[in-house]
Order: sequence, then C-alpha cells, then structure tokens
Amino acid sequence: MPLDKKYEVFRAEVREFALKELAPHVNRFESSGEFPVELLPRLAAHGYLGVPYPKNMGGAGLDYVSYAIVAEEISRVWGAMGLTVCAHISLGTFPIYRFATEPVRRRLVPKLASGEVLGAFGLTEPNAGSDAAGTETTVRKTADGYVLNGTKRFITNAEYAQTVIVAATHDWSLGAKGISCFLVEKGTPGYTVGAREHKLGLLASNTVELVFEDCRIALENLLGEEYKGFAIFMETLDGGRISIGAHGVGLAQGALDAVIERARTHPTRSQLFSKVLADMAMRIYAARLMVYDAARLKDAGIRNDQECASAKLYGSEVATWAAGEAIRVIGDRALVSGHPAERIFRDTKLSEIGEGTSEIMRLIIAKEVLKGN
Amino acid sequence: MDFTLNENQKMVQEMVRRFAKEQIEPKAAEIDASREFPWESIRKMAELGLLGMIVPEQYGGAGFDFVSLAIAVEEISHACASTGVIVAVNNSLVAYPICTFGTEEQRAKYLPGLCSGKTLGAFALTEPNAGSDPAGLEATARLDGDSYVLNGTKRFITTAEEAGTFIVFAVTDKAAGHKGISAFIVEKGFPGFSVGKHEDLMGMRATGNTEVTMEDCRVPARNLLGTTGQGFRIAMHVLDCSRIDIGAQAVGIAQAALDKSIQYSKERKQFGKPICQFEMIQDKLAVMAANISAARLLVYYAAFLKDSGAEHFTMESSIAKYFGASMAVDVTREAVQVHGGYGYSKDYAVERYYRDAKCLEIYEGAAEIQKLVIARVLLQ
Repeated sequence: MPLDKKYEVFRAEVREFALKELAPHVNRFESSGEFPVELLPRLAAHGYLGVPYPKNMGGAGLDYVSYAIVAEEISRVWGAMGLTVCAHISLGTFPIYRFATEPVRRRLVPKLASGEVLGAFGLTEPNAGSDAAGTETTVRKTADGYVLNGTKRFITNAEYAQTVIVAATHDWSLGAKGISCFLVEKGTPGYTVGAREHKLGLLASNTVELVFEDCRIALENLLGEEYKGFAIFMETLDGGRISIGAHGVGLAQGALDAVIERARTHPTRSQLFSKVLADMAMRIYAARLMVYDAARLKDAGIRNDQECASAKLYGSEVATWAAGEAIRVIGDRALVSGHPAERIFRDTKLSEIGEGTSEIMRLIIAKEVLKGN
Repeated sequence: MDFTLNENQKMVQEMVRRFAKEQIEPKAAEIDASREFPWESIRKMAELGLLGMIVPEQYGGAGFDFVSLAIAVEEISHACASTGVIVAVNNSLVAYPICTFGTEEQRAKYLPGLCSGKTLGAFALTEPNAGSDPAGLEATARLDGDSYVLNGTKRFITTAEEAGTFIVFAVTDKAAGHKGISAFIVEKGFPGFSVGKHEDLMGMRATGNTEVTMEDCRVPARNLLGTTGQGFRIAMHVLDCSRIDIGAQAVGIAQAALDKSIQYSKERKQFGKPICQFEMIQDKLAVMAANISAARLLVYYAAFLKDSGAEHFTMESSIAKYFGASMAVDVTREAVQVHGGYGYSKDYAVERYYRDAKCLEIYEGAAEIQKLVIARVLLQ
C-alpha cells in the first residue's frame, strides 16, 4: 500500500464501517431504488459526510487523501452511497465553504459538514452538459436579490438536499462570462424538485430534475462575485474529480473483490484467470496512486487540473473495464441481479460521464500538457 | 469470391428489418422492464417463418440457409435483443439438432411445433456446476424399461419458462466422461419435469430464463436424440452452428447502438454545434462502424462455410462469436458515452443495449472458452 501507516489505520476503520454498516443494506436499497436516507446519520457520526472540512466548521478536520480513502472504501461496497457522499462533500458543500459570504458559511457549513443536512449542485441542464457555458437557466437581478428561471437535470442528491448550488446566466450571449452561482435552499418559493431519473445504475443514488420558476433569493445567496460563476464551478469540479477518481477505484476494487471471492469458492489454475486478476490489480494500483497524488497536491494547495482530470479519467475507465472483466471471468451468475459484479457493471459507466465526460477530461489534460511546454 | 447476398437472403433482410422495426422495436423497452415474454411478436414471427428458418418446408419450416438465419437474427436483435435470442435458440439450438440428429419420427413430431411456436424450444445444457465445462455435467439419465429416468438441475436456460420442447443433456455413463453424455428431447409436460423462478438478469431480460429441475423425470427411450453417448458431440456441433447466431446478435445490437449514436450526435448540440462535428465523436463512430463491419463479415463467412457443407468451421464460428461479443460490448459502451448523461438514463435505448451486449460474452461459451477453442484449432 502506498500510504503512511496513519492512513492505513484510517482506511481499516472506514472499511470496517462500510462492511458492517452499509454492506448489509445494499441489495435492499438497490432493488427498491429508494434513497437510503436513514443510513446517513451513521456516516455523519463518523464524520464521513464532511471529511476535508475543519472541525470548527463541523467537519472531520482531515485532508483530501483521507477523503479519497472514504470515497474509495464506501464505493467499494456501494457505488450509489459513494456517489452520494462525493456529491455532498465536493459539490454540495465545497462551493459554500469556499465562496459563500461569511454569515452564510457560518450558518450552513457546520450543518453540511456534520452531515445534519445534505447538499447538492445544479449545473447540468437538458441542453448544457459538457458545454456548461451554455447554461440556459437565467438570473435577473432585482433591488433586494435575484430571480431564477430554468431547469436542471441529472442533479445528484437534490430531492433530499437542504441546499443546492445553481449556475445561471445573466446574459446568454456572454457564454462563460455571463454566469453566476447561487445558493438556493429547500422550501424557497419557485424552487421545486421534478421527476426522478430512471438510470442504468447507481439506483439508490438520488438523481432528479430541478425547476426554478420565478424563484426569488436574497443578495447574500450569491456565491463569490457576479459573472464569475464559471470559475467557481470549474474549481468545484476540479476537487470533485479527485473523489470521482476515488469512486472509480473503489468500484474497481469491488469488482476485484468479487473475482477474488469467486476464486476462493471455485479455485482455478487457469492462466487466463491469473492474467485478468493480475491486470485488474495492476491497473487499480495505478489508478489509486493517481488519485492519492492528485489529493496530495490539493492538500499542498497546488493547482492541479491535469492531475485531477487524469485521476478521474483513469479511475473511471479502469472501473468500467474491471467491472466488465469481473463479469466475464465469474460467468453467468454475475449477470443475475443482486450479484455485486452485476451492480458494479451498471454503476461504473456513470463515472465516465458525470462531473466532466472522459472526452472533456482529455481536452483538459491536453490543454495542460501544451501549456506546460 | 462473392460478397453479395442472393435474392432470398436480400428478401429475408428486407422483410425482417421492416417487421422488426414496426412490430418488435416499439415493445423492446417495455418488455425489458417487465420481463414479459414477447409472445405476440413470436406468433407473428411464426407466421413469417422465422421460428423455423433452417427447417425443411415438409416439417413446417421455411427452408432457408444459415446465412439467412444470421441475417434474420441480426435484424431482430437490432430491434430487441431478448426477442433475437429467443429466435436464435429456437432455430439453431433446438430445431437444428432435431433436423440433424433426430429420427424421422422425432422430426415429424417436434419440428412443426417449434416452427409454429406452439411448443417453443429450449436447450438445457448448463448446470449450476457445469457452465464452461459441459463435460462436468451432473444430471443423470438411467434406462428403465422403455424409458429413461432423468435427474438433475439445469440453470440459466433461455426460454425455459415458456418453452414446450427441451433438449436436455444428461450423463448415461459416468465412467465414460464426455463420451457418457446423451441428449434427450423432453416435453415440458413429462412427469417430474419442472421449471423454477424467472432469473432476474441484467440484460436479455424478457427471455423466460429459468432453472429446470428433473426429479425422476420419465422420458420415453424413443426421445433419445442421436445415440447414447453421442450427446457431447451433438452439443459441440450444435454450438458450433449456434455461435454464428450469437455473432449475428452482437452485430444487430451493435448496429442499433451505432444507429442511435449517429442520430443522437446529429441532434445534440454543445458548444454551438452538433456533437457529431467534434473529432472525438467522429472517432468513436468510425471505430464502431469498422468493428461492426468486421464482425458482420465474420458472421457471414462462418454461416457461408456451414451452408457450403464445410466439415470444419469450429474456429470460424468461435471467432465470429468471440469477436462479435467483445465488439458489441465495446460498441454499446461507446454508444452510452456518446449519449452522455442521457445514455445513462432509461429514456434512451443505449443503456439497454449495454446490458444486453454483456450477456453475449457469457452464454454459449464464454470469451475465454472461445479463445481456447480457437487456439486448439490453430495448434492442431
């Protein structure tokens, strides 16, 4: 293992928690598609819903490497819960922690980081996915605040979230330079949660549509400065990518666990089996190192777009590949609902799409590479 | 060398394509969710002769060749993979062995029901402890007077819930290893024969896939298919032929995924233009098309070898199956990627293709087995 002893002790704690407190519930929630809201207090009790935030703000006061370990070990047993945690910490909480006004920070971050309430992040729209600058949700400034109108889609956690960060444009013709980010709280008139998404995987993760109809919010709900929203969500997504990389590593490790379990119950001397097992272990090892490296840079306060994008891209591609290989070597029983490999196969594909597609990751990496030379 | 389809084959392609688009595709998403067996489509396919493509007309079949069957399976799978595998199983795993190894009495008795869909076919080889290794079968058959008594359990049997005619493999002489396996034609109504609960599978969900249990199931001795001890050879020969159709299913599913990706990439606009204008998307579409074309030619070639009476086409059919299945997994994964967030949503068909395609790598011989088969032929 590539980490200091203190991290390995922490990993063992998270692993034990995940096996004891989460694993027994996975199939129940995955088959019903219900959001496991009643399990969240258990995560909160361990600080897993606010890993990288200071203790005086309700968090666990740990670093991003520790956060990557939490994301990895939870996703290893349950992809949907891993995504819930990542979306809450990186996307739901970070922008408020980093960009909200001091009174708003003091009021909300302790609740979010302690896991008392859940956070969400509404960027994607029906017509604005990879092209986030194409955001069509509008904002109009009034004397005492802002008015939002528009629709968001594929928003994780939002139905159960107390807060949602929303990107909106003052002037569509300005593109990325016309966007601001706002905080909207549950219950604000004009803000409603729409239909739940029916998805390929991550069935116990909550994904919904958001509708804003003349939704009025106060001036203090602006994050950062007006017209500077694009930079806010780019920085938010950058950190989020470390956790999605870790999510991928966890899912891939879960697939490897399933293969190891199969080898234990059905011993084989097949060289082809050994080949798959070795390749899975090797690629997961590489992906994990990339995630930890990106996390260490973030902890050191070094801007690391390339490393974050690489960790996310490689982690998610390894996960999708490993899940497919696991089904192939385990065989027909891995196609049956309730088998971990079956679930992981459906779960992983989102990692290559959400929080920046693989195609966008490649563009970011290429841009950074050219910038540096 | 002639790469063109003949008139009959072209007619099959046009007819099945139109039928599948109009009658099968509209129901595909619904039966994937409900797992409801597509009986309505099957009845209509029976009228079109699709259930007995390679069965001679005198037994109620359509009398077509294996290339035509592959074309039909491709077109049906393009619309709905579950319906495609039902047709493939009925034709190449059940009707074909009865045509080839059955007695005149067996053919006359069972083929018409298979062709009309009245007693649909199922092929019961796989067991809980014998998947990739059919020589490890545990189901037994013991001769008792003028009937065999079958005992054992089969698992992952496509169409078993709805089928009437089963080809069951069981051990008649344990000491003889794979030469001690025999094949039987078993009717669902035979006493001691039962099917279990519908498997909740990731893909190919509407195929009536269940476990099959035989408890002192009495099968008349005249229902032995071929001779005693010939079962393994029958299974291997039949799988050689049916793997061509798995390749055809792969081509159908992948082509559907490509078609949907082309359509979506033209409609979806990001950064001010349709995403099909981005090189990374074009790269995906081109690689998808190249691999689908290669797989289709491999399928046609294996089917052509079978039709031209070639004695050995094991390697070619294994290559068609192996390459086709892994190609379909890759192509459907890329199709989801082209669709982005929508690809992960059940609002679009590509997530279903992605689940369906994965099954191709497993059934009728996992990818690993195909590679070993190919290598064995290479090293002979």
